[in-house]
Amino acid sequence: MNLDLARWQFAITTVYHFIFVPITIGTGFLVAGMQTAWYRTDNLKYLRATKFFGKLFLINFAMGVVTGIVQEFQFGMNWSSYSRFVGDIFGAPLAMEGLLAFFLESTFLGIWIFGWDRLPKKLHLASIWIAATGTLLSAYFILAANAWMQHPVGYKMNPTLGRAELTDIVRVLTQNTAVAAFAHTIPAAFFTAGGFVAGVAAWLLIRKRDVEMARPALKLGVITVIIAFIAVFFTGDWTSRIMTEQQPMKMAAAEALYDTTDNAPFSLLTIGTLDGSRPVYQIDLPSVLSLLSTGDANGVVKGVANLQAEYSAKYGTDNYIPNIPLAYWSFRLMIGFGGLAFLFALLTLWRMRKGGLPTSKWFGRAMLTMPFLPLLANSLGWIFTETARQPWAVFGLIKTADGVSPTVSAGSVATTMIGFTVLYGVLAVIEFGLMFRAIKVGPEAITSSPDNEVGGDSSRPLVMSY
Amino acid sequence: MTLQTLWFILIAVLWIGYFVLEGFDFGVGILLRTVAKTQAERRAVLTTLGPVWDGNEVWLLVAGGATFAAFPEWYATLFSGFYLPLFLILVALIIRGVGFEYRSKYGRESWRSRWDTAIVISSALPALLWGVAFANIVRGVPLLRDSHGVIHYDGGFFNLLNPFGLLGGLVTLSLFTTHGAIFLALKTDGVIRERANALVTKLGLAAAVFAVAFLVWASSLVNKPLVWVLSAVTAVCWLAALGMNLKTREGWAFIFSSLTLALAVTTLFFALYPNVMPNLNGPDGLTITNASSTHYTLTIMTWVAVVMTPLVLIYQGWTYWVFRKRVSATQIMDAEKGVLDTVNL
Repeated sequence: MNLDLARWQFAITTVYHFIFVPITIGTGFLVAGMQTAWYRTDNLKYLRATKFFGKLFLINFAMGVVTGIVQEFQFGMNWSSYSRFVGDIFGAPLAMEGLLAFFLESTFLGIWIFGWDRLPKKLHLASIWIAATGTLLSAYFILAANAWMQHPVGYKMNPTLGRAELTDIVRVLTQNTAVAAFAHTIPAAFFTAGGFVAGVAAWLLIRKRDVEMARPALKLGVITVIIAFIAVFFTGDWTSRIMTEQQPMKMAAAEALYDTTDNAPFSLLTIGTLDGSRPVYQIDLPSVLSLLSTGDANGVVKGVANLQAEYSAKYGTDNYIPNIPLAYWSFRLMIGFGGLAFLFALLTLWRMRKGGLPTSKWFGRAMLTMPFLPLLANSLGWIFTETARQPWAVFGLIKTADGVSPTVSAGSVATTMIGFTVLYGVLAVIEFGLMFRAIKVGPEAITSSPDNEVGGDSSRPLVMSY
Repeated sequence: MTLQTLWFILIAVLWIGYFVLEGFDFGVGILLRTVAKTQAERRAVLTTLGPVWDGNEVWLLVAGGATFAAFPEWYATLFSGFYLPLFLILVALIIRGVGFEYRSKYGRESWRSRWDTAIVISSALPALLWGVAFANIVRGVPLLRDSHGVIHYDGGFFNLLNPFGLLGGLVTLSLFTTHGAIFLALKTDGVIRERANALVTKLGLAAAVFAVAFLVWASSLVNKPLVWVLSAVTAVCWLAALGMNLKTREGWAFIFSSLTLALAVTTLFFALYPNVMPNLNGPDGLTITNASSTHYTLTIMTWVAVVMTPLVLIYQGWTYWVFRKRVSATQIMDAEKGVLDTVNL
């Protein structure tokens, strides 16, 4: 009971938090790019773009910040046994994230928001770049911590204290699982931000609002989506290979591959028995799975049933099979939603050549989905990564069931779960309302270069206030 | 000095940073409706926090992360033990942060007024609960060693609301509120400054009564002469802050109230050392030794902290320098209007 509630709470708060994270990381850099374009060219359309997308960015950022605090606290609150077991290792990247990244992001973003009339232009521009870099650093540390849960390295077990202890921080921070996760997650964030900017810009364009600004913004959005998708594609391939090697059960679950086989097919559709133990009907692409996961069409891919027997022998009798339908579908839908956004971006870019613009109905509808498709792909990717590692919290070391807080009552977990869910629900309504409204309000009509006297005298009107 | 002691001190430093900085954030939030009546005044008050509140809150995240990394047993026992208060703090911090960012986006009276109330409550609640939490840590809480030798918190939510805990809560609530008033007197101009300045003495004397009672009680719980000395110095600093405020030397008042908070945290951690969570029911408590990480982890984290903390202090300090000018209500143009009120064409 406790375990299920704590898992649901983790799922709800984390998936919710991760709506805001990729938008923040990617859009931060895109806005920094827009401001740089303004700084270089003095062209006001770039300033309008900076201010407009900057406003949307900040509405989103606020939610990312406040929901992020919950993330750090809930390890101790709901997962105290896990925290005791991994604290010696897992706590370090978390503390580093705070000291190296969170301070940087929050401080320099504060400077950027309120510093338009307080700093020389160049320094003000630098502040958004520094804040954006902070988000990258933050992503690296937290992904390294997560990678350690997927593939623990650089540790030894202390049987007396019953915990894992750090022996090599460099390995924890540089293992290929962490590097690949970063290389996959960051382009995915740009992919998300590109879709967001493209969708919003298209909305303005269709209504002929600030075309001068919206057109380059749309182009920036779709090009970002295209480049980021290519990067996501190749790093995803890399990630799959690492996963096949380090967590073969996860790959087998993703493919609903029940028996070990060479020339393994990639299945397009699988209908399994209800308990997920046997497939009933599958449509396959021959050898593609072997190619994907081993880089060789004849490579051997282990099946779920064989791995279950292997793990039971190695770790003791238990059920080591994750939720196969969830793994199977989240993996496919991640690729599907991502691919669809990529396709829309390609079509749009094609129609934009020589100063043209897509005019048909599909364009408006497709662009409405652009901010959401990458978000869905992100969420599903993480749902896959985390649920298909089950029953393990740290692969091979501690099961999720053994990580839950033993002294927190089910009633307490239920209380906080309901509390967070209701609060997050209300805030989602408010946030989306503000976001839509801000898009509708549109870019400000800035027609002359601001000549802010740096230093902000106490008697002058403030350029930025709460 | 062992690395455990060093990390105990570092965590105290992080809490000092947090209480000094977010302390005035809480105070400003609590006083929002009291010192600011018009829309322009409210927005001026919130603007004093605008560039800094998020960076201030990071001190809490780092204190939490550092406790996780350096004293995992402390982190696990404390966070799973003080479960509901931490939940309430989290909810409050979420509402407050979002409130700052969103309340002026629309001009609608009902929208703004609701957010203002939310900001006041969600500032007061954590200000109170942090005191309750720290008072209980110092006093000791019921702990239980399970069959695997792991120490858990063995009380409920209401165990924490004992008289000593509640008094601790009143101390932080009143200290932070006063600290916020001093900050406002320093950072604003005109009528807000006058109101804030006038509030400091009243609030500050109430805080002094609570704080002295608390420090005497706390000092008598632990048998350490230096705690008495530290408590006395803390009290003197507080009176100096109030005195400087009376002379409208706001800069000095703020320095002294910051020092007071820093000394108060120092006193509590000094009273606690070498425990991190003493057991009320016996000797089986958490100490810097049995709660800590390995020497290796502590060594790495020491390097990170020694390099990064001064850097953070420098650039965060620089932010305060950039935004050093007072904010006055007359600087807020079209205060009744929100940026999302009218559609740009």
